[in-house]
Amino acid sequence: MSHDHGNGVSDPEVRTRALESLLYEKGLLSPAAVDALIGVFERDLGPLNGARVVARAWVDPEYKGRLLENATAAIAELGFGGLEAQHLVAVENTPEVHNVVVCTLCSCYPWPVLGLPPRWYKDPAYRSRIVIEPRQVLSEFGLELDEDVEVCVWDSSAEIRYLVLPERPVGTEAMSEDELAQLVTRDSMIGVTNVSAAVAA
Amino acid sequence: MSTQAEVNSMTGVDALPRSNGELLFEEPWQARAFGVAVSLVQEQGLDWEEFRRRLIDEIRAWEREHGPSDAYDYYERWLAALERLVLETGMVSTAEIEAEVLHVVTADDHGHDH
Repeated sequence: MSHDHGNGVSDPEVRTRALESLLYEKGLLSPAAVDALIGVFERDLGPLNGARVVARAWVDPEYKGRLLENATAAIAELGFGGLEAQHLVAVENTPEVHNVVVCTLCSCYPWPVLGLPPRWYKDPAYRSRIVIEPRQVLSEFGLELDEDVEVCVWDSSAEIRYLVLPERPVGTEAMSEDELAQLVTRDSMIGVTNVSAAVAA
Repeated sequence: MSTQAEVNSMTGVDALPRSNGELLFEEPWQARAFGVAVSLVQEQGLDWEEFRRRLIDEIRAWEREHGPSDAYDYYERWLAALERLVLETGMVSTAEIEAEVLHVVTADDHGHDH
């Protein structure tokens, strides 16, 4: 790889690699810890926020009402924000309607609640196919919808980001809000899967 | 607040560069420098503030010494702050860093593609 810094002792890439190996050699850090940390920021940090929003909406009908009315304000109640000028809209899955989110132009994504988008979300194939043949794409994610369920595809933009409010699975009536939050997956909040009552092992 | 939450909530000059909400790493070393600093703070039980105040110092110092037309690189400031953190906490010495840097540069001379 070539870049502007040349390949001397002031090259930040060289200095980063040197620091990294020194810290590993001294046992102050492990490559696994660094990889895991980067993974957390890429995968987990955001979806957890969204899961708390969904769980709250499931247990608190008034909160759910506020979420569907103005999601930007509703997530701010839980301390999540940073969308700046963008507006967050929550769309509710029901037995009649299934919602799924895409950004056909690029990869607009509600990152304060969902973190970094998964690789496939940015993939040109997902971005075009989910609009043209949503049922086929959803079935490839393992989601088979009944013929009479209407599929709504929401196209994100710089101004509007969407969060899917999945259906609360049956059999979870006795669960606490925290337990419910653990069931909610990133993919269910994009709308490519439903939430299952069984916690993934 | 956890280190990760603190890192994610920096909003001043120290805010992580994002594009369309995603962390923006223009080159692979930037992601490594990011991961090393955050995990080092966690593994060593330091306060995130220990890193953050050095990051802000480095950004401010750069701004004092450069004009608006100079190319600013957030992660070069980040790396400078990381070097200061490991030196000032005595984790590694300047001599060790420079020796390892030379080692990496020399290794690159033998055709290592990075």
